[in-house]
Amino acid sequence: MYLQDFEYFRPGSVEEACQLLFTYGFKAKAIAGGTDVLIKMKKDLLAPEVLVAIGQLPQLKNIEYIPGRGVVIGAGATHNDIQNSKVLHEKYLSVAEAAHQMANNQVRNLGTVGGNISNAVPSADMPPILIALDTTVKIVGTKGERTLLLEDVFTGPNQTVLEHDELITEFVIPDNGFTGSTYFKFGLRASGALAVVGVAAAVKMEGDVIKDARIVLGAVSPVPLRAKKAENFLKGKQAGGELFTEAGIMASHECRPISDIRASAEYRKDMVRVFTMRALDKAVNEGHV
Amino acid sequence: MANFVVDTDGIKRYLVNITVNGTKYTKMIKANSLLVNFLREDLDLTGTKRACEQGDCGACTVLLDGKPVNSCMVLTLSVDGREVTTVEGLAANAKLDILQEKFMEHSAPQCGFCAPGILMSAKALLMKNPHPTEHEVREAIAGNLCRCTGYVHYVEAILDAAASQ
Repeated sequence: MYLQDFEYFRPGSVEEACQLLFTYGFKAKAIAGGTDVLIKMKKDLLAPEVLVAIGQLPQLKNIEYIPGRGVVIGAGATHNDIQNSKVLHEKYLSVAEAAHQMANNQVRNLGTVGGNISNAVPSADMPPILIALDTTVKIVGTKGERTLLLEDVFTGPNQTVLEHDELITEFVIPDNGFTGSTYFKFGLRASGALAVVGVAAAVKMEGDVIKDARIVLGAVSPVPLRAKKAENFLKGKQAGGELFTEAGIMASHECRPISDIRASAEYRKDMVRVFTMRALDKAVNEGHV
Repeated sequence: MANFVVDTDGIKRYLVNITVNGTKYTKMIKANSLLVNFLREDLDLTGTKRACEQGDCGACTVLLDGKPVNSCMVLTLSVDGREVTTVEGLAANAKLDILQEKFMEHSAPQCGFCAPGILMSAKALLMKNPHPTEHEVREAIAGNLCRCTGYVHYVEAILDAAASQ
């Protein structure tokens, strides 16, 4: 298979990349790992005349803990960079594990987290766990930079708030006091399958009592969805099996899945119930796993 | 950014320096060149296979700076200045790699089309983790689809290679 002709730029900085995107407008597309952009080009879903390659910018690759800010993940970190990050293994193993559940090894060596978020596929594995941990996103464009909650970045399938000349440069998981978090992916096979349902949970525990909770559902609505009724229901209550069961039922009522080739809407709703229950149990009892 | 010239059709051709299997190549290529096509058509290294061409099957797996990637999803320009290892680069000094020996010994491939990709995934695993568990082997080759034999002989061959090195 061959790609159509296009021009290629490899800018040396984010600012230069944004300027190129601004100059060429809708003719241009940013490319990082290429695992989404090149496939869309092969399928004639995209036909950029200019590609702006940002995948190798070293300033987008870092993953580090900065006291006072939190864990900073560069948008150009690949899924395997995240999976193998010592910082994440120490602080949020749940994030490393979520990255590990994406696609397969070869794809994880190419695909970046910034690209994964920008592509905004509803079944993506990184958004639920990152949203559950209150992750913020730094977005840079020709008019300056802004910081948003990741939760507010998605506007629909394959759609985000990003302007044409804007790029995500980093994610920050703030020091937010969550004591446990986890992501459950339910796919039809262990490797290379998209999520039928993805459920992330994060909790702040004080002894047995849940002080705060996040439940974020993937693949069951046009954008990653917080099950806010279930979250509120959990606050201030003593953790336990029955509570998790009830929260699972609430979350399953909150989601809005569609039926497609992978599963029916009814099945997805029921799987949200099951995996919400399991995710809460794990986040409460096992920490960041 | 790479230097380029404009050809008679008005298309830019960019200068790249890429090391493949230890040999340094300097070539003029179009921006739309995919690594898998560059290897097969520009360098005549046809051991790397094309199949699904969308990152699902792993037949085109090569090592990019030591890490396995699907070469059907890599622009050749993005490999400028980097190092690629293909299945042709496994054997050294007319001696097959231990993985290749074990693949034959265990009759792991049947039609053989997926074998180059599986060899590269397995090679990357053993370079990083010389004594993997069966689960780790299965995970390492999870992005390589074989439609003939199933995976049992492959897994046995890779474990045997690990034990024999």
